[in-house]
Amino acid sequence: MSSLLDALLLGAGYNAALVGIGAGLLGFAAGAAGTFLFLRKRALVSDAVAHATLPGVGLAFIAMVALGGDGRNLVGLLAGSALSAWAGLLLVEWITRRTRLSEDAAIGAVLSVFFGAGVVLLTVIQTMSAGRQAGLEGFLLGSTAGMLFQDAVVIAVGGTLAVLATWVLRRPMTLVAFDADYAAACGYDVRRIDLAMMALVMAVTVIGLKLVGLILIVAMLIIPPVTARFWTERSGRVIWIAGALGGTAGYVGAAISASAPAMPTGPIIVLGAAALFLLSLFLAPARGVAAALLRRRRFQRRVHRRQGLLALARSERVHDPLTLKVLRAEGLIRPDGVATDAGRAQAARVARDERRWDVAREIHQDAGLTGRYDGLTPIEQVFTPDEIAAFDRVIGGPSPVGGPV
Amino acid sequence: MGNEFVQFSLTPMLIGTLAAVACALPGNFLLLRRQALIGDAISHVVLPGIVVAFLLTGAVAAIPMLLGAAGAAVVAVIVIEAIKRLGRIEPGAAMGVTFTSLFAGGVLLLEQSDTSSVHLDVEHALMGNLESLIWFKARGWGSLLDPVALAALPDELGRIAAVCALVIALTVLFWRPLKISTFDEGFAQAQGLPVGLIGFGLVGVAAVAAVAAFDAVGSIIVIAMFICPPAAARLMTNRLERQVGWSVVFAVASAVLGYVLAGYGPLWFGGQNAVSAAGMIAVVSGLILGLACLVGPHRARVGARGEAA
Repeated sequence: MSSLLDALLLGAGYNAALVGIGAGLLGFAAGAAGTFLFLRKRALVSDAVAHATLPGVGLAFIAMVALGGDGRNLVGLLAGSALSAWAGLLLVEWITRRTRLSEDAAIGAVLSVFFGAGVVLLTVIQTMSAGRQAGLEGFLLGSTAGMLFQDAVVIAVGGTLAVLATWVLRRPMTLVAFDADYAAACGYDVRRIDLAMMALVMAVTVIGLKLVGLILIVAMLIIPPVTARFWTERSGRVIWIAGALGGTAGYVGAAISASAPAMPTGPIIVLGAAALFLLSLFLAPARGVAAALLRRRRFQRRVHRRQGLLALARSERVHDPLTLKVLRAEGLIRPDGVATDAGRAQAARVARDERRWDVAREIHQDAGLTGRYDGLTPIEQVFTPDEIAAFDRVIGGPSPVGGPV
Repeated sequence: MGNEFVQFSLTPMLIGTLAAVACALPGNFLLLRRQALIGDAISHVVLPGIVVAFLLTGAVAAIPMLLGAAGAAVVAVIVIEAIKRLGRIEPGAAMGVTFTSLFAGGVLLLEQSDTSSVHLDVEHALMGNLESLIWFKARGWGSLLDPVALAALPDELGRIAAVCALVIALTVLFWRPLKISTFDEGFAQAQGLPVGLIGFGLVGVAAVAAVAAFDAVGSIIVIAMFICPPAAARLMTNRLERQVGWSVVFAVASAVLGYVLAGYGPLWFGGQNAVSAAGMIAVVSGLILGLACLVGPHRARVGARGEAA
């Protein structure tokens, strides 16, 4: 446990601190950039982009070795991966636009074919004399063990640039995500904005290759925005909450991974993000599962209370156990099922409300108002006092309710 | 040539072909139902299933691992559905959340458990090892009639052949309900067909095909074969019967051509070593899809520009 604290406070060594800061920044950038992808309902495009990086990594390695350089230069490899990811992205776009295949088919085709090509290139590299210790497999699942200061700088600078780009582009991207047709009518070039969004996603993917690996980087782009969506209904906030969640998952994940053996960084970060997602799914206010259950329960009790009181008003016995429970808890009936004075008063009120609604629906012209009758809303919330007085004149004088007559 | 071919290339090529067909058949329906990426999701969650099966049984045995993988696929489908409904999240994102988390869990379990003594790693799961499925006992074409040699065929061949036969049988048997519910769910419901069950069964068959193929050839081929041959076939015709036929043709062509190119292609260019057959098969299927996108007779969307041409 103390080693985890050390790692969290950047005290677990130089390399671990580098990885932690890098992962935090990357997580923030990925969460923020992924938000638009999620809002545009194109989350899985990032999967195609991520898998499409592999052939670029292989080609860059081969090219750098052929030119007599060190094939493992990270900047070169990332540049190669960006190129092939961009090619994959354009292909997805081309297939969806030019043929009748849907986007998901295009995504699946591009990701599997590019990944296959990447694997072919990896086997070619393994047979090259310079390729035996290339370590390119590290890009599949990420590897942080031998991270250099230079690598961390690449991640930090790239992550910062990605966050800045998100900030600059947030308005057009939000507009396109919510209503692409309206954006087009406003004179925005929807296709260019979409491509810019994808470029952002690609940048995050490429930066994250070394740390999280190409199979799991999608998780950093998808899970934090989905999680953030539980906590707010405002798109502006989703971006920053997703960024914060992603950053937390990245930083804490890297710390956990540094503090214990056999804890691969990428999967730990993803599982951290998944844990935050599960928490939010159940506990978030308004959109969470627990909140929905509570809402349902409250609604159910309101219905039972109302129907129970109406039954009392008609001098009927209440049999339903939940209704009995609700009425007893409020002291409206005695344990033997007979209405108390308070119960009779409430029953009279509810019966009068129901009667007024009946009249209102008969004589009032505005269906927009009478349509709000749902058997629960008190009539005072919909009509003005003088309108209600008019209904009462139709109803006539009071009549006794409740109890034996 | 003949003897070497039978010994080293015949069985991998057969296994690749059977796996390709087994995946391409359900892929046709998944594609039309816009669930093409289910194959992608399934092939990711197979990993945790296999690792859990290994941890429970302590051995790398085929049957428990297949069961574990199938179980994981079912769990994933249920979780995706639950997240979609409970969280009101769009299907793509729900899928992305589920399969990445499960995959991450699988990798972590694998790293945490002591698997150094057995051959179980992520790369193997992804890339498969088609080349290693050779037929040691074969001495030439005559071995096809030799019971002793036949008994030494790789186990994977028997399993994938059985699964392929099962997939074909189910496709033929449930052809009409599948077709109706794929094209017009409302009509299928009105006819009294159990639409939900058919959808779930389709995904289940896809999972079985994916798991069996994964066992033999790795997950790249699985994803590629679920999508590329049916997608290419979709651009060739407007009739489902012909589409399924084309997709089988494309799947077989990808598997055979891909294997030949991977095994012998580098030699033609003066190379020494073969490249990954699984990767090459995926690439060939992609090239076929690319060709179909460029010249397929039914490539354009109905009503799109160029339809008149």
